[in-house]
Amino acid sequence: MKFSYYPGCCYETSAREYDMSSQAVCKKLGIELEEIEDWNCCGSTAAHSTNHLLALSLSARNLALAEQKGLDVVAACAACYQRLAVARHELNGDPDLLARVNSVTGLPYTASQRVLSMPEVIASYGVDNLRARVNKPLTGLKIAAYYGCLLVRPRSIQIDDEENPHILEQIMECCGAQPVDWHYQTECCGAGLGISNEDIVFKLVADILEDAAANGADCIICACPLCHFNLDLRQAKINKKLKQKFNLPVFYFTQLVGLATGVNPAVLSLHTHFINTKTIKRKYA
Amino acid sequence: MSAINLTTTLKHEQFIEQVSRESGQPVQQCYQCGKCTAGCPIAFSMDVPPNRVMRMVQLGLRETALSCNSIWLCAYCSTCSVRCPKNVNLAQVMDALRIIAGKEKRAKTARARHVELFNRNFLNSIRRYGRLHEFETMTMYNLKSGQPFKNADTGLYMLSRGKLKFLIQKTSQMDQVKQIFARVKELEEK
Repeated sequence: MKFSYYPGCCYETSAREYDMSSQAVCKKLGIELEEIEDWNCCGSTAAHSTNHLLALSLSARNLALAEQKGLDVVAACAACYQRLAVARHELNGDPDLLARVNSVTGLPYTASQRVLSMPEVIASYGVDNLRARVNKPLTGLKIAAYYGCLLVRPRSIQIDDEENPHILEQIMECCGAQPVDWHYQTECCGAGLGISNEDIVFKLVADILEDAAANGADCIICACPLCHFNLDLRQAKINKKLKQKFNLPVFYFTQLVGLATGVNPAVLSLHTHFINTKTIKRKYA
Repeated sequence: MSAINLTTTLKHEQFIEQVSRESGQPVQQCYQCGKCTAGCPIAFSMDVPPNRVMRMVQLGLRETALSCNSIWLCAYCSTCSVRCPKNVNLAQVMDALRIIAGKEKRAKTARARHVELFNRNFLNSIRRYGRLHEFETMTMYNLKSGQPFKNADTGLYMLSRGKLKFLIQKTSQMDQVKQIFARVKELEEK
């Protein structure tokens, strides 16, 4: 399997764990990722909240570059995934809009290649195949799989059910971990509002953490840098501001797949989290 | 019987038509069940709940719809959209309202201004580098929002984990990125 890889702007900074672990896991499983040469930002929420044509065109440039290679695109970041997939979906069904966007980018895009998320790519490796590759099972590790919004909504691009998804739980079960039943799988963490209106995000994230803890999770897994930032980094702030004592490590799901399949823990960047991951690392690495 | 001002009615219809066109959504379909508001994670902090924003649009109440902070606080999580029994993608309607309000510089409350400023800074980074430069975008946001030390703790946390990069990573073919911004502006002004 070979894909065009879209790392997204946070790949070296706030989401370095996701980029590093995705690359390492794919390498381990023999999934080839070829970075889209000279990619640009997908525009994220800032673009689609400001100008529809701009948002589509920023994403379309990346998709056009990937299309030249003839490969399906995989985006690690869930926000990038949503923007690229929405652009592809809208342009695929609307030849006039596609022509308009192409006249903006100056690149001939035909919306032929699929856009996939990282959970889909790992899942496409196959449940049995993945299970066969697990040599350090995460036995007894209780995880709360958190999807947030961007992978399951809107419906046109969802990778799984919008209210009751399973894809991450399935992957985690292959790795020997034990997913818990909880209620906040697909509740919003507030994403970018964390910068502009942090108090709102405190409440949303505190609710998510509280439910995960109440249902016995040892940790949360996610597949989105925005979710990770809010759940991990802001957890310390929430403890301070809301007088809570949360201590839930938050992993990218690829980090745990990496541990289970025997990837060198050093390349999974387990030490750059804000909530200490040592206990889990000691037990499973 | 009270008099009906036909000019106002016409304006109302223009607004309904504009939002329907820009969002691509059948706004008339909403029958005010309130499911969107019930499931909205941000509703607690909005001045007008989502179903009422929708009603304002249906009634053509341009001023009230475009000046509430709800349209800026909507996080586009799309929970409303997938639960709507009439298949109205309300997140898309909120997006359209934000776009119209943004063009008319209507973000007035502190909450709305901060979202708008964040978005503007984010886009400035793309315009200049093709990519988001987190450090510069955050610093500029703090300076422009008049709270230079806001999120300083976040910045320090990030720095301590090697998550802040000062070096700017640019898209090499910046002419293509610049063309996108220029062409969009050109087409919109036509």
